[in-house]
Amino acid sequence: MRFIFKTDYNQDIRLFQHGGQMFWYGLLGLVLLAAPFIVSGYVLSQLHFICIYAIVGLGLMLLVGYTGQISLGHAAFLGVGAYTEALLQGAGVPFVVSICCAALFAAIVGVIVGLPALRLKGVYLAIATLAFNVIVEEIITRWDSVTGGSQGKSLKAIELFGWRLSSGESFYYLSLALAALSCLALINLLRSPTGRAFVAIRDSEISASCLGINLARYKTLSFALSAALTGIGGALYAHKVGFISPEQFTLIQSIELVTIVIIGGVGSLHGAVLGAAFIILLPQALSIAKDWLPESIPQAGLQSVVFGLILVGFIIFEPYGLYGRWLKIRTYFDVFPFYRRGTFRRQRGYLRSERLR
Amino acid sequence: MFTQFLQLTLAGIAQGCVYALVALGFVLIYKATETVNFAQGDLMMLGAFFGLTASTVLGWPYWATILFAVVVMAAVGMLIERIVIRPVLGYPTFTVVMITIGVGYILRGVVTMVPGWGTDTYSLKTPFGDAVIRIGGAVLATEQVATIGLTAALCLVLYLFFRFAKLGVAMQATSQNQLAAYYMGIPVQRVNMLIWGLAAAVAAFGGILLAPVAFIHSNMGFIGLKAFPAAVVGGFGSVPGAIVGGLIIGIVEALAGFYLPEGFKDVAAYVVVLAVLLFMPSGIFGETVRKKV
Repeated sequence: MRFIFKTDYNQDIRLFQHGGQMFWYGLLGLVLLAAPFIVSGYVLSQLHFICIYAIVGLGLMLLVGYTGQISLGHAAFLGVGAYTEALLQGAGVPFVVSICCAALFAAIVGVIVGLPALRLKGVYLAIATLAFNVIVEEIITRWDSVTGGSQGKSLKAIELFGWRLSSGESFYYLSLALAALSCLALINLLRSPTGRAFVAIRDSEISASCLGINLARYKTLSFALSAALTGIGGALYAHKVGFISPEQFTLIQSIELVTIVIIGGVGSLHGAVLGAAFIILLPQALSIAKDWLPESIPQAGLQSVVFGLILVGFIIFEPYGLYGRWLKIRTYFDVFPFYRRGTFRRQRGYLRSERLR
Repeated sequence: MFTQFLQLTLAGIAQGCVYALVALGFVLIYKATETVNFAQGDLMMLGAFFGLTASTVLGWPYWATILFAVVVMAAVGMLIERIVIRPVLGYPTFTVVMITIGVGYILRGVVTMVPGWGTDTYSLKTPFGDAVIRIGGAVLATEQVATIGLTAALCLVLYLFFRFAKLGVAMQATSQNQLAAYYMGIPVQRVNMLIWGLAAAVAAFGGILLAPVAFIHSNMGFIGLKAFPAAVVGGFGSVPGAIVGGLIIGIVEALAGFYLPEGFKDVAAYVVVLAVLLFMPSGIFGETVRKKV
C-alpha cells in the first residue's frame, strides 16, 4: 500500500501523484504508440473509433460528470463539427484551420444551447437538449444546398502540411494525438479555478453562487467547451467514416454518447475513455457471440436488449461505472484483507428533491 | 378556407389525444416518483403488441382486446417499478432518466425477438370501419372520432378515480408529499408501484388507439418523444396540463404540416417546447416553485 505524504500545496495539483502513476501511464502511452505495428488493420480501425469516441466522451464528461448538466443533444454538436469539417474541406481550407473552425462553430452552437440551460434544470434541460437535437437534425436534412440533405456528403482524406493521411496508421496517430491532447487539456482545466467552479456547480448550485461563482458564465462555458470537444470528435468522425448523412446524428446517437459517460463512470476522465472503448467493442463482442445463438434472434434486437441490460445493470449495481469497478478492485488489493463493502457505498439523495417544499 | 382549418384542427385533436395519453403517463409517474419515464412510448408499443396478440391469435373482440392489453401492461408496469426503479429511487434525476432509457432499449429489443411480433408492421382491426362523420364541412374518420371519444372517457374515469376513490386520493397524497403521505398511513412504495401500473395501463390504451392510424411496429414507441413536448407545454406534473398539452401539440403539428413548408411538421412540437421552456418554464398549468435557502 502506498501512502502519499503531502508536504507542499503544489503536490495537490501535480499531473502525476506518484512515480507508479508515471510508470503505468508511460507504459500505456508506449503501447498505444506501438499499436499500429502490433495489431491488424481491423483492430486499428476500431482503435480509431475508440479515440474519436473518447474525445466526445471527454467532452460530455466535462458537462455531465463535472458540471452536472444533462444533455441528450450531443449528437447535434457531433453533427455540427462533422458538417463544418466537410464543408470547409470542400472549400479547400487546410485541416488545421478547419478542425479549429469545427470546434469553434460547435462551441458557438453550444453557447446557444447553454443559454436556456441557465434557467432549466434536470428533466427540463434533458428535454430542451433533446428538442434541440431533433431540430438540428431536421435542419441538416432540409438545408439541401449546404449539407446535401439526406444524400449526405462525402469527405476526402486529411491533408496535413502537405502529407496525405490516407493510411490507417497516420490517421490513428492523428486521432490518438488529439485524444491525448483533449485529455491533458481537461486534466489541466479541472485543476484550475474554472474546473473547480464546474465541480462546485455540480455539487450545489446554491453554495457555488454563494462562493461568488457566476453560474450563468460557468454553465455556458461548460456547454461551450463540451460542445467544442464534441465538434473536434465530429470532424474526426466525418473523416473516419468518409461519408456523413443526417441519420448519423440522431437522438439515438445522443443517447449512445451519454451511455459512454454512464458506463465509464460519471465524474472521472478515465471513465470517458473506458466507456468509449466499451461502446465500440460491445457490438463486436455481440457479433462474435451471435455465432453461438439460435438463428431466429435478430442482431438488432439482441444488441438493443444487451445494451439496455448493461445500462440498467450498471446503474443499479455499479453506479460508478467501469472506472468505479476498477477503483474497487484496486482498493481491495491495496488494503487486503481489510476491504469493506461499505467503503464505496453511495448515499441516497432523498433530501435532494427537485420539488422544493 | 375555414373548412380546411377545421379539418386540420380536428385531425390534430385526434392525433393530440394519443400524445395526451402518453404525456399523461409521464405526468402520473413524474408526480409520484419525480422520475421521468423515457420508456413510456415503448410501454405504449408493448401494449399495442399485446392488443394485437389478443385480437389476432386469441380472436377476441376489440373491447376485450383493450381490456387485455391494459391489464397485462398494468402488471408489466408494476414489475418494472419493482425490479428496476425502486432500487434507484432517490438517486439523481439523470441516473433515473438513463435507467428508463435502458428499459426502453430492452423492451424494443425483446419485442423483436418474440415469435409472431418481430420487426414487421401490423395493423389492428377495429369495429369502426371506414365510415366517416361530417362536422361543419370537415370530414373525420370514425376511428378518429372514437379516439377522441375514448380519450375523453378515460379522462373522465381518471378524474373520478383521483377525486373519489380511496386509492386515487392516496396517489394524489403521495405525489404531493411522500413523507406526509407516509405519516398518514399510506404505503408509499406500494402506491408508487400502482402508479407505474396505472401509467403503463394508460400507455397501453394509447397504443391501441394509435394502432389504426400509425400501425404497430417495434419502433412505434418513438412517438413517445413527441409526448415530452406535450407534457412540458402543459406543465410537467399537471394531469389536465398533459391533456391540454397533448392537444396543443397535435393541433400545432397538423397546422404546421399544412401551412408551413415541408419539414416543419416534424419539428413543430420541438420548436413549441423550446419556446415554452424559454418563456414559460413551468408550462401552462405548472406550479411555480422557488428554492428557499
